[in-house]
Amino acid sequence: MKPNDVILHSVTKVAVFIILTFSIYLFFGGHHNPGGGFIGGLSVASGLVLLYLTFDIETVRRNIPVDFKKVAAFGVLIAIFTGASSLLFDKPFLNQAYGYFNLPIFGKTELATAVIFDVGVALAVIGTAVTIILSISEDG
Amino acid sequence: MILLAVKIAILCMSIAILGLIYRLIKGPSMPDRIIALDAIGINLVAIVALVSIFLDTNAFLEVILLLGILSFIGTVAFSKYLEKGVALERDRDL
Repeated sequence: MKPNDVILHSVTKVAVFIILTFSIYLFFGGHHNPGGGFIGGLSVASGLVLLYLTFDIETVRRNIPVDFKKVAAFGVLIAIFTGASSLLFDKPFLNQAYGYFNLPIFGKTELATAVIFDVGVALAVIGTAVTIILSISEDG
Repeated sequence: MILLAVKIAILCMSIAILGLIYRLIKGPSMPDRIIALDAIGINLVAIVALVSIFLDTNAFLEVILLLGILSFIGTVAFSKYLEKGVALERDRDL
């Protein structure tokens, strides 16, 4: 007999959206408020873990066809290349710059190159955490 | 005045957590311990909120949401492990 998990499935379908939205908020708030790449990536990973717990690994893999080992490698590459790109402008490694721009919707916005480095950190954290959890769940 | 009320509330929350820790250690069955752990998480959320009132800062508001999320996921994982014997299944339909 198949178990009936309808309450858990319904709650998860709503809660995962809230968790992922909150992690995006944590990620973008990291420049001036508590948050940043590490905790943003970890909360994305916890939302994915909730999906893996509620449904099974094959279903989530079919719907999110992402190899998380490649995500971790891609994140480290992004972090290294943003660090190395400051060498092109005769600045030391991992130098950063920021400026104020007038964007169409947001108005006057501060854009910093540290965000791109943070994207790398977040992708590396997501890839590492999900890879660890998926590989220790292999039975036998 | 408000600080005194906050101090009393933090004291009450600490006493509640002590009672829950008693249940966590003593609890005869595993679901008792899981529910005690879940309630400790909720009480920690309350203590973080009270401390952020006490320190007059809003830097800890992300911690509240994050503790709620992590406590929920931990409880779901423990309950699924108790019910099915595995936390993550390879394929549900098999």
